[in-house]
Amino acid sequence: MTNRHLLGIQGLNPPAITSLLDLAENYVLLNRSGKTQRDLLRGRTLINLFFEDSTRTRTSFELAGKRLGADVINMSVSTSSVTKGETLLDTAATLNAMNCDLLVVRHNQSGAPALLAQKVDASVINAGDGTHEHPTQALLDALTIRRRKGRLDGLTIAICGDIAHSRVARSNMLLLSMMGNHVRVIAPPTLMPAEIGALGVSVYNDMAKGLAGADIVMALRLQKERMNTGLIPSEREFFAFYGLNAEKLSHAKPDALVMHPGPMNRGVEIDSAVADDAVRSVIKEQVEMGVAVRMAVLDTLARGTI
Amino acid sequence: MITLIRKVRLATPDGLTAGELLVQDGKIADFGASLGNPDGAEIVEAHGAILCPGLVDMRASLGEPGYEYRETIATAAQAAAAGGITSIAVLPDTKPAIDDPALVRFIRARGEEIGTVSLIPYAAATRGCKGEELAEYGLLKAEGAVAFTDGRKAVASIRLMRNALAYASGFGARIVQHPEDPGLATGGAVTSGARATMMGLPGIPAAAEAIMVARDIRLAELTGGAVHFAHITTAEACGLIRQAKDKGLHVTCDTAPPYFDLNETAIGDFRTYAKFSPPLRVEADRLGILAALADGTIDAIASDHQPRDADDKRLPFAEASSGGAGLATLLAVTLAQVQAGTLGMIQALALLTEKPAKWLGLDAGVLRKNAAADLCLFHPERSWLVEAGKLPGKAQNTPFDGRALEGQVLGTWKAGRRVFG
Repeated sequence: MTNRHLLGIQGLNPPAITSLLDLAENYVLLNRSGKTQRDLLRGRTLINLFFEDSTRTRTSFELAGKRLGADVINMSVSTSSVTKGETLLDTAATLNAMNCDLLVVRHNQSGAPALLAQKVDASVINAGDGTHEHPTQALLDALTIRRRKGRLDGLTIAICGDIAHSRVARSNMLLLSMMGNHVRVIAPPTLMPAEIGALGVSVYNDMAKGLAGADIVMALRLQKERMNTGLIPSEREFFAFYGLNAEKLSHAKPDALVMHPGPMNRGVEIDSAVADDAVRSVIKEQVEMGVAVRMAVLDTLARGTI
Repeated sequence: MITLIRKVRLATPDGLTAGELLVQDGKIADFGASLGNPDGAEIVEAHGAILCPGLVDMRASLGEPGYEYRETIATAAQAAAAGGITSIAVLPDTKPAIDDPALVRFIRARGEEIGTVSLIPYAAATRGCKGEELAEYGLLKAEGAVAFTDGRKAVASIRLMRNALAYASGFGARIVQHPEDPGLATGGAVTSGARATMMGLPGIPAAAEAIMVARDIRLAELTGGAVHFAHITTAEACGLIRQAKDKGLHVTCDTAPPYFDLNETAIGDFRTYAKFSPPLRVEADRLGILAALADGTIDAIASDHQPRDADDKRLPFAEASSGGAGLATLLAVTLAQVQAGTLGMIQALALLTEKPAKWLGLDAGVLRKNAAADLCLFHPERSWLVEAGKLPGKAQNTPFDGRALEGQVLGTWKAGRRVFG
């Protein structure tokens, strides 16, 4: 494939995903061995351009870049302090002048990284745009699943919670379906996007039914502002019917894994007992995989194309 | 001054007939198979091109007043002339909104000053197009306001819409509605569906149009008022309007080229030049619009011209301004449906000339002796390339960039004066 950027899972194919995961696997071992590869991206500049607050994704990219020897610069731009949009293209011009090689972008608007990619010379990596995509999250989730289950096909994967506003859900649906898994989405109808069934996923409004026989259960973060827009009546009602607790999880397979992209709202979309379950929860492992996957993405794009 | 346009195919309601047309003193002096050699006539040899009445665009936004950075009336007039358009009904949602008799006069006067295109002002349905209080329909109409509308904004309040329809009916005036229920449409960027879901863009359900259309048809029935739905985009709304017309209600509607030529896939990879309000719909709706054009449910094709500059469009999709430049491409995009066999040539031209002229109450839109010589000469097979950056006028925000279109305007006359070609 010939993508100079990583703007989404859409546009990738299974061989490209597999080779990224294989490379990431090597970085997991390397990271665990304590060795580094500080010559790979030496002299390259990676800019973390975050228009939206994020500690974990930014830190993960920063660590990935530094472990490969890149010069990493963090730029946080508050969208409220400047006129929107103007900043984006002005920023693109500024970045071009800085000869940035790799540009990691998070923005609250769907499509903003794609717009930047048209204007900058650097390779753009989408670190989450609006409610569109978050490709490195889907890749790290895939790596976590593959390592734990030994495969990335034929699995039943239930994604539950605020599907409508989740870029993580979109990227995961795309990736996991493309690799040959059965993807289910579970949400109250007001948090389910229109015609999502057309994307090849099974749609459920009931946790017990949606989780039945699942190999993997992914809970999504519920943005608290959804309550104000009349989509759900209260946190407690959401937790009662859609919060992942031991009782609901009992409908999944006995060895089902629990995942969450973080940061968690404990007692809203996930119960602490489930989140901290040492056997079933792989939430901490997801964070570790995140660094490895981002190293693989940076490495691949710095060499050429995905 | 006398001009003889020879070897044309004259577009009359009865069909295309080979012949000639004579312009004298700004009027159509005569037309027919052969008009001889009038003394001193300037001869235009047309080599078999079609001569039709100047196009009547029943709805466009011009940048003036308030958005001159996008377009001025003068530059819009250049685009109109190049598109064969000789009359434009102008939307009132400018800065300030056209809600005062003096502003109605201003728009008309700007048209007369420029002289290449008649500007027919709409006036605001509510003061400031704010949707709160009725505008002064009687006074506005007396100054030449042709109908009342809040432009790209729906009259949302059902109570206010009822009053608007009832009050306007006392002056024999129509209310033009932007057919989207704001409760469902506000914040939306594209039509709801699988594509919106995948792109992570907020969707506007097609039902937002049907709900508003159904509501206002019922209000027209309640009040005896006349409602016109601007830029209809869905098959469902067409069905509702068809039923209302069968019942004999005062209901009319128009659509615009993007809605019968493009569908939601034109958005591609967050292409903001394909962002419209209402949004481009799914293919089934596009086909529904074509069917409603063919069966006469839709009364006219408007350019729906909305000038925007690059800064309005080069933004993340949801933040970008909606609307496309439509004057220069109105004829050719419509003619594509003649080539496709969906519409007959005379039928298509009537949707651009005779029917909107009749709706607006203009003495235009049909070739008639002693009528003002507003004419459009075009070659239906000659093709041209739509290139953003090279369109006539200032606004370059076309959704048809890169398209080769058949149907090129060769000449435009306004009241006998050649204003293009």
